[in-house]
Amino acid sequence: MSGIISYGAYVPYYRLTRKAIGGGKGERAIASHDEDSVSMSVEAGRGALAASPAIDTLVFATNSAPYAEKLNAAAICSALDLSAQVNTIELANNTRMGLAALLLGTDLGKAGRTSLVCAGDVVIGAPGGARERDSGDAAVAFVTGPEKDAIARVLGRASTTSEVLDVWRLPTDRFARQWEERFGIEVLGPVSIDTAQRALADANVAPEELATVILDATNSRDVAGIPRALGLKPEQVADMLAGSVGRSGVAHAGLVLARTLDGAQPGDKILVLSTADGCDAVVLEVSDKITQGRPQRSVDQWLASSNNEVPYNAYLKWREILPFEPPRRPDPDRPAAPIMKRNERWKYAFYGSRCGKCGQGHLPPQRVCLKCRSIDDMVDERFADAACKITTYTLDHLAYSLQPPVVSTVVDFDCGGRLACELTDVDPGDVAIGDKLEMTFRRFYTGQGVHNYFWKARPQR
Amino acid sequence: MASNGIKDQVAIVGMGCTPFGEHWDKSAADMLIDAAGDAYKSAGVAPDDVDAYWLGTFASGVSGMVFSEALKTPYKPVTRLENMCATGSEAIRNAAYAVASGAYDLVMAVGVEKLKDGGYSGLVIPGPDGDGTESSMTAPAMFSLLAPAYCEKYGVGEGELKDVLSRIAWKNHVAGAKNPKAQFRKEVSLEKISNSPRVAGMFGVFDCSGVSDGSAAAILCRAEDAYKYTDKPIFLKALSVAAGPNEGFISDEYDFTTFQEVVVSAQDAYKQAGITNPREEISMAEVHDCFTATELVLMEDMGFSERGEGWKDVMEGRFDGDGAQPINPDGGLKSFGHPIGASGLRMMYEMWLQLRGEAGERQIEDPKLGLTHNLGGQPGRCVSFISIVGRELG
Repeated sequence: MSGIISYGAYVPYYRLTRKAIGGGKGERAIASHDEDSVSMSVEAGRGALAASPAIDTLVFATNSAPYAEKLNAAAICSALDLSAQVNTIELANNTRMGLAALLLGTDLGKAGRTSLVCAGDVVIGAPGGARERDSGDAAVAFVTGPEKDAIARVLGRASTTSEVLDVWRLPTDRFARQWEERFGIEVLGPVSIDTAQRALADANVAPEELATVILDATNSRDVAGIPRALGLKPEQVADMLAGSVGRSGVAHAGLVLARTLDGAQPGDKILVLSTADGCDAVVLEVSDKITQGRPQRSVDQWLASSNNEVPYNAYLKWREILPFEPPRRPDPDRPAAPIMKRNERWKYAFYGSRCGKCGQGHLPPQRVCLKCRSIDDMVDERFADAACKITTYTLDHLAYSLQPPVVSTVVDFDCGGRLACELTDVDPGDVAIGDKLEMTFRRFYTGQGVHNYFWKARPQR
Repeated sequence: MASNGIKDQVAIVGMGCTPFGEHWDKSAADMLIDAAGDAYKSAGVAPDDVDAYWLGTFASGVSGMVFSEALKTPYKPVTRLENMCATGSEAIRNAAYAVASGAYDLVMAVGVEKLKDGGYSGLVIPGPDGDGTESSMTAPAMFSLLAPAYCEKYGVGEGELKDVLSRIAWKNHVAGAKNPKAQFRKEVSLEKISNSPRVAGMFGVFDCSGVSDGSAAAILCRAEDAYKYTDKPIFLKALSVAAGPNEGFISDEYDFTTFQEVVVSAQDAYKQAGITNPREEISMAEVHDCFTATELVLMEDMGFSERGEGWKDVMEGRFDGDGAQPINPDGGLKSFGHPIGASGLRMMYEMWLQLRGEAGERQIEDPKLGLTHNLGGQPGRCVSFISIVGRELG
């Protein structure tokens, strides 16, 4: 038997109100211009790893892979400072793959392997359409492994695979297409009910025993028949965050599960179901270890830290849907492969160095100490989770950015060490010397077909 | 080990300088031909009389052939060098050491930059390949860090400092208006300067130096030969360079109110020249006013003002063209313009004119010692050059 050992979630800072899009209630979460499925998965992974043992396997699921060919999970592996000896697996092309990745992780747990399962998505819909309005961007991560360490163990599961033309997108398309909605409901409605029933039978759990039921689907009406079919009470059915996040692709079932675990009691039984070209369903039971596996930040904390004042046209620029007048500055250069490899621990895992003789911190790592000039007497030190504050800053109106002005700061780490870096997820009018910051992994830009990832600072969320 | 200097060993005996500005109709080669031609004429020598060349250019070409192919110099030694925005000054320094060593009798230091062909706003700094983790700060952003730090350290209000910065820009525009070779030849009102659109931090457009094309050249020889070429040579009293170890972005002790590189190079230069009180002994200076706040901080780093007092000296007019210690009498980078590789030589060109009494309506009364200061990089992380020149030996 196996289960979930710890978890972490990530909801980006920015929200787009449906009013700004043109109608509807509530808002959707949107990744900033410097985020993608990889960077958000790193943020979620940091939360999940805080309480976890060494990882054997990394599973990454996304439908918005930054690279169509190249191991996207390798950047996650490196940024999270996982061992290079991990086995990596990527799942894609269907929103159910987020829950499928979690099930794969728990299966690996039965074999004694500890896995980090990340699911992240930036969901882009055609402007004016339901998919743009109702989707969201988010990430979630779970560490899975043997049952003895689990905060939630797997009691049973079931799956169905349907060859059906419901939602699809060609590799060359920006936006997904969908067949007539009624057709999908007719096919996938019964499939979802059947899969839920089989999972409960496999777990030997009756519907009334469930504390929470999480019903995720490409089209929410595909699973709308389940509560009635199972005889569920309304309070058993989880809030799917339609008004605050929107359906966040592969991350969504996991995100709602994370929120459920945030408030779960030992003994709670949870049904998680995700429908898309078929269905996966799993029944979990929360253990008394639940308090040990919770991340530093709950999903509700991520939700509470937000800014919904992004204009719709800014969002469309961020997603490269709306062309715009570029600044009269050169396009950013692509980073060079050999240098990125040489500096991998700096660029991805954010290792600086500290002088073994005098203690001076250096970011990026140096061979010669600034203060005592000792050579090759450095100790590597990871600054990713180190607290820091603004020593000085400026608003750069000239620098290339999709969200000018760039807030450039000089940051000093409490543990000793200085870095000039960009501040993100911040209102330029709300920056002050002394502000407390935390580091966040971001995709700075894409230059000549190469994504450039590195760390920025942000106000504490 | 010592920085001995070459006080009074080397003289400048001829100079040339093109107008600075947007020279859409001229290439780097055209400007080199113009500046070098004026320098030959000024020293009364033929091109073949010059034994060796030091060419400073930041990014307008590579190798000495940028010059030798433009001027068709017949197989003479030409060294191309670069030290960021201090490039032009480095050409002077290296050329001076070559004649001082006795290796050559007559040499030229020449600088050129062609910035306006790129089509971008502001300065574009080409760099080696990178890992994409380098700071993306533009030049105005880097230097704008000086302003809030200065306010914080010395208890100056932001509005008060903005007035100081505007006055520096105003002063340099007043000077540029009197200079036929300057890029910007108009006085600009304090109000217009203060209200100019923000570029970075407290800096508006008028707090930034001009992006320009230009070239300047100097002919140097040993001091004992100087009067063969001119009645009014100027003599090098000190040449100093300091390159920093990036203390500003490693050490949390650095507070963005000083350039340690400038402090060190100034002290070295004063020692070489035998100067003990720069505020009184230096008649005038051309300093690296890439941004207004830079000029303010330089006044303190070079000892022209006490720490924390520079802003008062600015407001009292001490550094005006008719003040006690004129700074940037030719308009500075601010209004003369800043074609990187040429700027250090342009500064020296103003010393040449002023010390010879040829500066026209901006002539300073009876200057004895002048200083040029050239800086490349950013606060906390730069190279700094200082020269001191005089019209008399001793």
